[in-house]
Amino acid sequence: MNRPALPPNPDPVLDQPITPELVKKHGLLPEEYVKVREHLGREPTLTELGIFSVMWSEHCSYKNTRPLLKGFPTEKKGATENFGRVLVKAGEENAGIIDVGDGWAIAFKIESHNHPSAIEPFEGAATGVGGIIRDIFTMGARPVLLTNSLRFGELDSPATKRLLRGVVAGIAHYGNCVGVPTVAGDVYFDRCYEGNPLVNALCLGTLRHDQIRRGRATGLGNPVYYVGAATGRDGLGGAAFASKELSAESASDRPAVQKGDPFMEKLLIEACLEMMDVPGLVVGIQDMGAAGLTCSTCETASRGGAGIEIELDQVPQREPGMNSYEIMLSESQERMLVIVQKGREKEIEQVFAKWDLHAAHVGTVTDTGRMVVTQHGVVVADIRASALTDDAPVYQRESKRPSYLDETSAWTLEGSGLPDLDAAGARQALLRLLSHPTIASKRWLYRQFDHMVQHGTVLLPGSDAGVVRLRLGSSEKFIAISNDCNGRYCYLNPRRGALIAMVECLRNLVCAGATPLAMTDNLNFGNPYKPENFYQLKECVEGLAEACRFFDVPVVGGNVSLYNESPEGAIDPTPTVSVVGFIEDEAHVTSQFARSAGDRLILLGGAPDELGGSQFLGLIHGKKTGDAPRVDLAAEKALQDFILAHIRGRRVRSAHDLSEGGLLVAISEKLFGAVTLGASVDLAQFTAARLDALLFGESQGRVVISSEPGNANGLIAAAEEAGIVAHDIGKVTDDAFLRVETAKGALEWPVAELRTGWETSIEVAMKRPGLS
Amino acid sequence: MNIAVLQFPGSNCDQDAYHLFASGLGLPTRFVWHKDTRLGGADLVIVPGGFAYGDYLRCGAIARFSPVMGAVREFAEKGGTILGICNGFQILCEAGLLPGALILNSSLEFRCVTCDLAVEEAGQAFNTRTLGKRIRLPIGHGAGNYRIDAAGKESLETHHQIILRYLNNPNGSMGAIAGIRNEEGNVFGMMPHPDRAFERFHPSQDGLAVARAVLSLRFPEIGRMSA
Repeated sequence: MNRPALPPNPDPVLDQPITPELVKKHGLLPEEYVKVREHLGREPTLTELGIFSVMWSEHCSYKNTRPLLKGFPTEKKGATENFGRVLVKAGEENAGIIDVGDGWAIAFKIESHNHPSAIEPFEGAATGVGGIIRDIFTMGARPVLLTNSLRFGELDSPATKRLLRGVVAGIAHYGNCVGVPTVAGDVYFDRCYEGNPLVNALCLGTLRHDQIRRGRATGLGNPVYYVGAATGRDGLGGAAFASKELSAESASDRPAVQKGDPFMEKLLIEACLEMMDVPGLVVGIQDMGAAGLTCSTCETASRGGAGIEIELDQVPQREPGMNSYEIMLSESQERMLVIVQKGREKEIEQVFAKWDLHAAHVGTVTDTGRMVVTQHGVVVADIRASALTDDAPVYQRESKRPSYLDETSAWTLEGSGLPDLDAAGARQALLRLLSHPTIASKRWLYRQFDHMVQHGTVLLPGSDAGVVRLRLGSSEKFIAISNDCNGRYCYLNPRRGALIAMVECLRNLVCAGATPLAMTDNLNFGNPYKPENFYQLKECVEGLAEACRFFDVPVVGGNVSLYNESPEGAIDPTPTVSVVGFIEDEAHVTSQFARSAGDRLILLGGAPDELGGSQFLGLIHGKKTGDAPRVDLAAEKALQDFILAHIRGRRVRSAHDLSEGGLLVAISEKLFGAVTLGASVDLAQFTAARLDALLFGESQGRVVISSEPGNANGLIAAAEEAGIVAHDIGKVTDDAFLRVETAKGALEWPVAELRTGWETSIEVAMKRPGLS
Repeated sequence: MNIAVLQFPGSNCDQDAYHLFASGLGLPTRFVWHKDTRLGGADLVIVPGGFAYGDYLRCGAIARFSPVMGAVREFAEKGGTILGICNGFQILCEAGLLPGALILNSSLEFRCVTCDLAVEEAGQAFNTRTLGKRIRLPIGHGAGNYRIDAAGKESLETHHQIILRYLNNPNGSMGAIAGIRNEEGNVFGMMPHPDRAFERFHPSQDGLAVARAVLSLRFPEIGRMSA
């Protein structure tokens, strides 16, 4: 159908004809532009072209990943009256929501800010935190915790140090100021992330079921409000070129990355939650994140099956002379769109006045299904809202198994010719592994994050999972949260690597005493147009979906970040998963740290003979090869059920999951709690294994627990009955030495020596001369 | 009893302070908005932690001009008990109700850690009888580096105005000072957070003793509860 063109825009900059070059610069394919024309029935205006380009970008439309993501389970089959029901599913809203009982719920989601952080680490990371917090309180939830998942190159590079320092300071700047504790995280350092760090931030909030808000515009004639910070020319982002051409100014005059204002965010949290508490006042609400005013307007209209008309002259602006293209595409931070019940305009204005914020009435809900934008009395965009959202293109990209996998998966320890460790080599290897930044304590990071504000942090950062007490009305509940993903495993075996990310995350929660509830994922990959990258993406997503189905953990939301490449190539595939668990009784909260001398140490899951993809192989032999460690879902399930049952039975005093660095690293880490303990361990009982694989292999499905001596035999018998391999490997001592008997002789370290390297290696690398 | 917790835009430990008194000690506690000009018969005023007005300028430099601060000053002049925690301490210094200033940590980084503190003999409320010789409280701040000129420091020592010192100085504070009182002994400020040390799962429950200590000035029977 052909429609008449929109009236010419008096602004000559906006009245340009749409050329193929302009379409290309907007990242739209020629066939996509044909679809744009079909949807409009005419040529788009320049503003409309910009709107389509951002809404049909991967970030907003998931056009290359949507078919894959459909494989994720979105409901929890084993949900009970008390917890686990999915109240808002993945993809429905800004964040998913899970029931935690008694009329209360949690909302949570993870999101990436990788590219902004690569360019400007401080503001990139800060605004990443700000964005994810808005996704949570826009649902009506009060943000109660943050976590982050970070990936950097190796710390020996000055560029990496600059990025790490900036990212950590940015997260601290924002999270600390808004007063939401950062309670957990995971950080890896690997060359593949050099130049393309990953900064994924998660926020979780609490709310009553009746407080759940939707990003929907409904009710003909309801007023549309804009609240928060004024719109500036910052963050024109992917369309940065346009700002240059449009205003004939140099792009370098403008920040490509947005600047965060956590104080404004704090005011917005309080004002929005106060506004949403007024019965019947708020009809719909959505934050302005990626694609800013454009995305919030067309998404709320599309979800509500309505239309929206907005008048850009009413939008608060940071500088004069901004045109409609800039206003619609700006990604200025700390802004929200609110649809209010007609006739109650005064009430919203009063709430915002209390907080010294301005609520601007910018538009109206219509019944046309169209997003109509005017500026200076001229219609600059008139688009069916669902054309931008539901009708975005969807692609099944070509997938091709990367050829490097032939070589890496053929690698075997036996065939490698690598000499096994002797006792002296093993002694050194443990020290080196513990002080590698990937394994070392992340104290340098988390002591810069306020992890105690809101006074609910139960397990401080540094254990397998973060545990937080939620104050819900007059009752309290306990949850655990953990992030995981070993990109090296995903590189070597994408499907299995993703499975491992999931099972390790679950294992961490179980070790803290929690029943896993639901998952949010952040898929960090390279350019999906390269078939090898798409293969990794596809395999990883299928691996995650398989694990989610097997463990009955629904996916309630997430984020996709593609094009993570540097000149050296794509990053290792990194499908970060974050799972929230529910702890039924405070008494079940369990840490990874050994508690008293005399307690027995029990290894669950045995000692298989493999080293593929291990940190040991990387650090000691300089190899990223082999297959990812084997994983057996049924065995994993049996192990996790066993641990939970015996934590609840109060027979497990501490539990630590084996991951990077394997058995010896896990045993060492058990001794790094508040009290300095030692351990005496007998590994000579494992005669079949190679020493290096025994000590440092990363086979999955393993946990070291400690128990009172009187309970050890019973636990081992119960484990064997459940089909779990269990070994009494020794005891906790009070002499502050780690002593290990092996088939190749005895090993011994003062715990202080192990601890110093582990605790200070990142600090030493990051030390600034002249500062204490 | 009537305990008032001030709320500035950007306060973020207001709930923590509220729960220290309301849940930790079970005492009647309420919030006072910064635009209020009256304290409503408060017996104790808590200036809580956070980032009042974002603290983009010097910490506390804008909050001191909030309408409620007039009433706080009057309250102090009449001998009312005030406790400033973290940002509250910074605000009280900026308002001139406590001497000295808090500048950026010597590390130039935010620090969230739990600190062991030596209790000083600082008069009726803070002393080793009410608190014991050492207490353990978390800190969470980027600007807790206490500074004062030589004469001021001398005066603090002479008048026993230093209430707490760090055993391992985390921020470069002069004399490892973690908390002080005014000369009159009714206005207190400290960087450590008693409001993060009262639940069973906190690193300590010493915040309760600190809360009782400040209450004991007006309610001596509460001070005796701590024994």
